[in-house]
Amino acid sequence: MLKVISANRAIAESVRLSKPKVVPVYPITPQTSISEYLAQFVADGDLSAEYIKVESEHSAMSAAIGASATGIRVFTATASQGLALMHEMLFSAAGLRNPIVMGNANRALSAPLSIWNDQQDSISERDTGWLQFYAENAQEALDFVLQAYKISENEKVLLPSMVCVDGFILTHTVEPVDVPSQEEVDEFLPEYKPKHSYLDPEDPMSLGTFTDPNYYMEARYAMEVAMQASKDVIRSVNKDFAEKFGREYGFIENYMCDDAEIILVAMGSICGTVKDAIDTLREQGQKIGLLKIIAFRPFPKDEIYETVKNAHRIAVLDKNISFGIGGVLFNEIKAKMDVDIRGFILGLGGRDVSPEDIKKIVDITKTSTESDKINWIGLKEEEI
Amino acid sequence: MEIPEQEFLAPGHRGCAGCGATVAVRLALKMLGPNTVAVSSTGCLEVITSQYPETAWEIPWIHVAFENAAAVASGVERALKSQGKDDVNVVAFAGDGGTADIGFQALSGAMERGHNIIYICYDNEAYMNTGVQRSGATPYGASTTTSPAGKKSFGEDKPKKNLPMIMAAHGVPYVATASISYPEDFMKKVKKAGETEGPAYIHVHQPCTTGWGYDPSKTIELGRLAVDTGAWILYEIVDGEFKVTYRPLQRKPVNEYLNAQKRFKHLADEEKEKIQNYVNQVCAELKI
Repeated sequence: MLKVISANRAIAESVRLSKPKVVPVYPITPQTSISEYLAQFVADGDLSAEYIKVESEHSAMSAAIGASATGIRVFTATASQGLALMHEMLFSAAGLRNPIVMGNANRALSAPLSIWNDQQDSISERDTGWLQFYAENAQEALDFVLQAYKISENEKVLLPSMVCVDGFILTHTVEPVDVPSQEEVDEFLPEYKPKHSYLDPEDPMSLGTFTDPNYYMEARYAMEVAMQASKDVIRSVNKDFAEKFGREYGFIENYMCDDAEIILVAMGSICGTVKDAIDTLREQGQKIGLLKIIAFRPFPKDEIYETVKNAHRIAVLDKNISFGIGGVLFNEIKAKMDVDIRGFILGLGGRDVSPEDIKKIVDITKTSTESDKINWIGLKEEEI
Repeated sequence: MEIPEQEFLAPGHRGCAGCGATVAVRLALKMLGPNTVAVSSTGCLEVITSQYPETAWEIPWIHVAFENAAAVASGVERALKSQGKDDVNVVAFAGDGGTADIGFQALSGAMERGHNIIYICYDNEAYMNTGVQRSGATPYGASTTTSPAGKKSFGEDKPKKNLPMIMAAHGVPYVATASISYPEDFMKKVKKAGETEGPAYIHVHQPCTTGWGYDPSKTIELGRLAVDTGAWILYEIVDGEFKVTYRPLQRKPVNEYLNAQKRFKHLADEEKEKIQNYVNQVCAELKI
């Protein structure tokens, strides 16, 4: 059923349809309406879940871990400072192999305080063992939550997933979204039945034990094996999803890359702007393409390389910065493949990115001779 | 009182000889029985009972981090409830650091939300797992590695944070103090906590041989001395009703307790007198 809703509403609808049994959640801008919609669903009996009104994001993730450890489906959501406050618990959730799904409304990190969008928050959690999916629009937000449960709960994976939506740009912007029926979702995503350890007095187990140097590394190795195994699971879930709902996704999206001389690489809502700019540039005869990253973890290096290998040059757009080295996506791609590459930092703290900025990036990419340079787009020279 | 023989915390764990924390857990689990899920904060108890690939826990048990036993227990409790397993006891064991300091926010949140959990703070009055650093529950005058006695210091310069009363202020329906040296009193309280609808908080005092500095054979004796001198008081607060559950026939001088421990050895008579006066004042209020 087509509804005109925000990405936050789309995530809430997706959670309602996924039927988690426990939802510990703490409000934070711009995630807040997710926590409000879910509270209302529970209050109205539209979602039969235990909604835990926790006192912080740290406790939201802690309660999610405890709940998930009993072998049930769990959801939570956060943003920015909240995600940073959860940082320690993100490692625990992944290490305990809890298939939690979390929505993250991408927002800049303080200081200075900003409630507006960039992707520094989730990018900074890339090493915690979570799968990360970035949505371009509200439909993808809804679809990715449904798929994230099926991927995370697969016994070959058992790692948590984060579905990222750009703060305000997606979380507070309404657009038409196809909200599937409960019957359709039930067929795609049946109730979670864990096969491994969970807290049950009938079969006592100890979880989260103390581990000396004889055993720790193997637990970490098992997580890497699971992260690699998640690639096949993602492919298969994408396929099931396309068959059921008619929308096809992959690790990446290829927008006019096949004959492109310059390929831009980006993730999240900015891809809409980039596609618009490309349409204009193509009309002018410029062969430009966009490679949209959907899955940032596991990192789809093969899919990226297959798509960009024939391009003359690629330009990576990062709404984050690892100080001293530049954009994280730029550096990861640069490290993984032999390509002629340029990196751009843009959109930090909600700085608007226009189609003109994209055209400027294309121009710089064509003429730039320095591949290591960190190119800042949209900086106000007079404020520096 | 009949004490069940069955143990749910197996021997062979890595606790020190004379460890008081494991006594508290053994006694508590005897009352709660096998239909229980335990949550531990990081600390002595977690480290000594769970070293992979072994475990001392005969019931389902989870440890996540230092500061969140109450939050994890919140999640476990609601998750069990969502599955219709309301009859399972959910108990959290956390040390005084994990309760009074780093875990305080999570504890306050869980208690205010009214989860049906039993939270047991095993209080050895400092961070013993990491080698005796002071916590908010370290008593006045105690020398620890971060509140050391020295030429210009008599040790910890603040009195112990009053956790049970803070819990009572949350409106927690069952709050109690206890001591491992008064096992029947403690176990009765655990039983009541288990039967309480909503949250229950028990603060159990347990001497620590390494942190307090005494012979490991004296753990129980020292715990008893704390109560018999009035340095630790056994009470319960049931739905707001305060009741002292044990009154020593004749209160002993607090020096007998202080002098038996290395952590108070440095105290001048003046400081010891201050402690005695403080104990007298509290006991007078409670008619002990």
